[in-house]
Amino acid sequence: MKLEHLVFDFDKFASEMQNLKDKKHFDYLVTIVGEDFGAEEGLGCVYILENTDSHERCSVKMLAKVVDGESVIPTVTNIWHVADLLEREVYDFFGILFLGHPDMRRLFLRNDFKGHPFRKDWKFNDDYVLEDDKEPDYGMEYWLDKDGHLCSKQNKLFTDDDYVINIGPQHPSTHGVLRLQTVVDGETVKRVYPHLGYIHRGIEKMCESYTYPQSLALTDRLNYLSAMMHRHALVGVIEEGMGVELTDRIKYIRTIMDELQRLDSHLLYVGCCAQDMGALTAFLYSMRDREHVLNCMEETTGGRLIQNYYRIGGLQDDIDPNFVENVKALVKYLKPMIQEYVDVFGDNIITHNRFEKVGPMDLENCISYAVTGPAGRASGWKNDVRKNHPYDMYDKVEWDQIIMTGCDTMDRYTCHIQEMYQSLRIIEQLIDNIPAGDFYVKQKPIIKVPEGQWYFSVEGASGEFGVYLDSRGDKSPYRLKMRPMGLSLTGALDPMLRGQKIADLVATGAAIDFVIPDIDR
Amino acid sequence: MEIKPKIKSIPYEEFKDNATLEKLIDDLHEGGVNVVTGSLDQLINWGRSNSLWSLTFATSCCGIEFMACGCSRYDFARFGFEVTRNSPRQADLIMCAGTITHKMAPALKRLYDEMAEPKYVIAVGGCAISGGPFKSSYHVVKGIEEIVPVDVFIPGCPPRPEAIMYGMMQLQRKVKIEKFFGGANHKQSEAERELGVSNEELVARRLGDHRREPIVVTDVPQEFVEQMKKEKEENA
Repeated sequence: MKLEHLVFDFDKFASEMQNLKDKKHFDYLVTIVGEDFGAEEGLGCVYILENTDSHERCSVKMLAKVVDGESVIPTVTNIWHVADLLEREVYDFFGILFLGHPDMRRLFLRNDFKGHPFRKDWKFNDDYVLEDDKEPDYGMEYWLDKDGHLCSKQNKLFTDDDYVINIGPQHPSTHGVLRLQTVVDGETVKRVYPHLGYIHRGIEKMCESYTYPQSLALTDRLNYLSAMMHRHALVGVIEEGMGVELTDRIKYIRTIMDELQRLDSHLLYVGCCAQDMGALTAFLYSMRDREHVLNCMEETTGGRLIQNYYRIGGLQDDIDPNFVENVKALVKYLKPMIQEYVDVFGDNIITHNRFEKVGPMDLENCISYAVTGPAGRASGWKNDVRKNHPYDMYDKVEWDQIIMTGCDTMDRYTCHIQEMYQSLRIIEQLIDNIPAGDFYVKQKPIIKVPEGQWYFSVEGASGEFGVYLDSRGDKSPYRLKMRPMGLSLTGALDPMLRGQKIADLVATGAAIDFVIPDIDR
Repeated sequence: MEIKPKIKSIPYEEFKDNATLEKLIDDLHEGGVNVVTGSLDQLINWGRSNSLWSLTFATSCCGIEFMACGCSRYDFARFGFEVTRNSPRQADLIMCAGTITHKMAPALKRLYDEMAEPKYVIAVGGCAISGGPFKSSYHVVKGIEEIVPVDVFIPGCPPRPEAIMYGMMQLQRKVKIEKFFGGANHKQSEAERELGVSNEELVARRLGDHRREPIVVTDVPQEFVEQMKKEKEENA
């Protein structure tokens, strides 16, 4: 989608954003993109919004106002809850202060990090220390007084009576290096503060100095279980910017590959869910079958986990001669197997007791916290990007969007199981009809994208994955921002878990399906 | 007494980098080998090398391949590697699978320090070896060897399970030639060996004495203390 920004006055910004939500029903804040627009315009943000009824999207551009030497923008946390973490991210990378945000702390980087790395005038520095990071136990809140001066105060994160348990960053049930500071009262969770950035690699910043084809390699390493989809989003946004027309063959193969990747990811999810609950058998079953999926992909792409298969204008190579046959055998094999995972683990009485009514979140909150993917669909939110903003072959094949109404962990799990059947259904329809044609539309040796801003999103395995591209006509992007699938899920952990037991934290975390390198980028 | 680490089914010559291993053997056995302790060493090392317990320390992609190693198709239980521990106190080695960032570096160092000797480190994948694809990043450690000593490097992005198992076998060979009895532990740094103190001690000395003070519970109710005193006197 090429972005045509709406622009509001600084003073009217908060009320206009409220209007967009209340009157025009833009109730889903897709992402906030911080950007250094250059010397003339300074720092600012681009807000991408979606109307969840009509699926119309719009974007708002807001330049920061400089007050007492600091760049400031009014907060939107009171309108969309997801803005909490998104604004902290922008503060961390750009140093923009959000007026009225109750908890302005760094999100990804260490507290002793000097400067804000995404500003264009930031001086590169990669020194590090092995001392522990000294974390503040308060968040800053900023506002402007009557004369327009910047005021601040500290908001305490904990009270004196709070008992705080630190889970992570090296903990087997957080699926990576996530750290959750959990305030508990006995066994009841009172508050969860996520700490991110333990695997923050600065991919977006690196892309700014890479050429477009070079930047492709990094996306596969975000959520390695959705490697194909991530690359699809980046390739998609660049192709849209350049106006590349793909052949049908490319579209078919990309759709099949995306669905195979989704199967791979969901199989691992089903296994890890079981393992986190202590059921190792189901884990071994699903990992066994995952190897078959990987085989099918590997014969064509040459990679097991990270495939590096898509490229700007098509694919690296044509499909393997045995690909069609293998995929058909796989579909035939997997169909009855999925029921087996349910028999072994999903329908077990223990699973039902551990999952039902655990980590609840209703539809309204799901949209406000931007809980996309299967987790949101388990609360009845029709958010599948494949249906709402179809790309490639998704609007030409028959498949159902899985919508559940339980709003709890059990339905999130069931949603994943049901989606595997839909993936198989999509593959079945396409695999026999891959049309002849080129697998690659030849591009110029140096790829340049014309000036403009684009946003393109795909449905990853655990939510919407989008890429925002700001091009100034150069051979490398001016600003590239990825909308990670897991960031909003992590933000939603706190409201989901308040009042729940600490053991439910593991169950909720397992079933919500986040992968940390994707959150941290 | 000749020492040649043996791995079942794979001849010695088929392993790569035997020169490094032989140099290590020469270094360790400079003063000759006592036949009694040498034989005991072999026995102990046979046991140790066949039950290497790793710490689950996966930060990114390579961790999934490590999981695949433990699962149905590759099943490295065949080699005795299947036990993974979540606590560094119980682990023999860190399988550092994934990128180490500046924020994670203190945690890695700390986990390594918490492990009991003898301990080993395997750097899995490009990121752990040199920063890999993220070498030009502002937030990535360019190889974990800057932080902890590494025994085996397994290249790849991510390495295939076969490669991980080959790396583990190389570590087995390394374990098999070690002198468990009376041998200097090659893991300690120069400073540690000279002073004869642990790494924790060195840190404590640098940061000041407050780190070493014993943990004392200060808010014991006075009544309880007196009651305990009374009981003690009565017993005496």
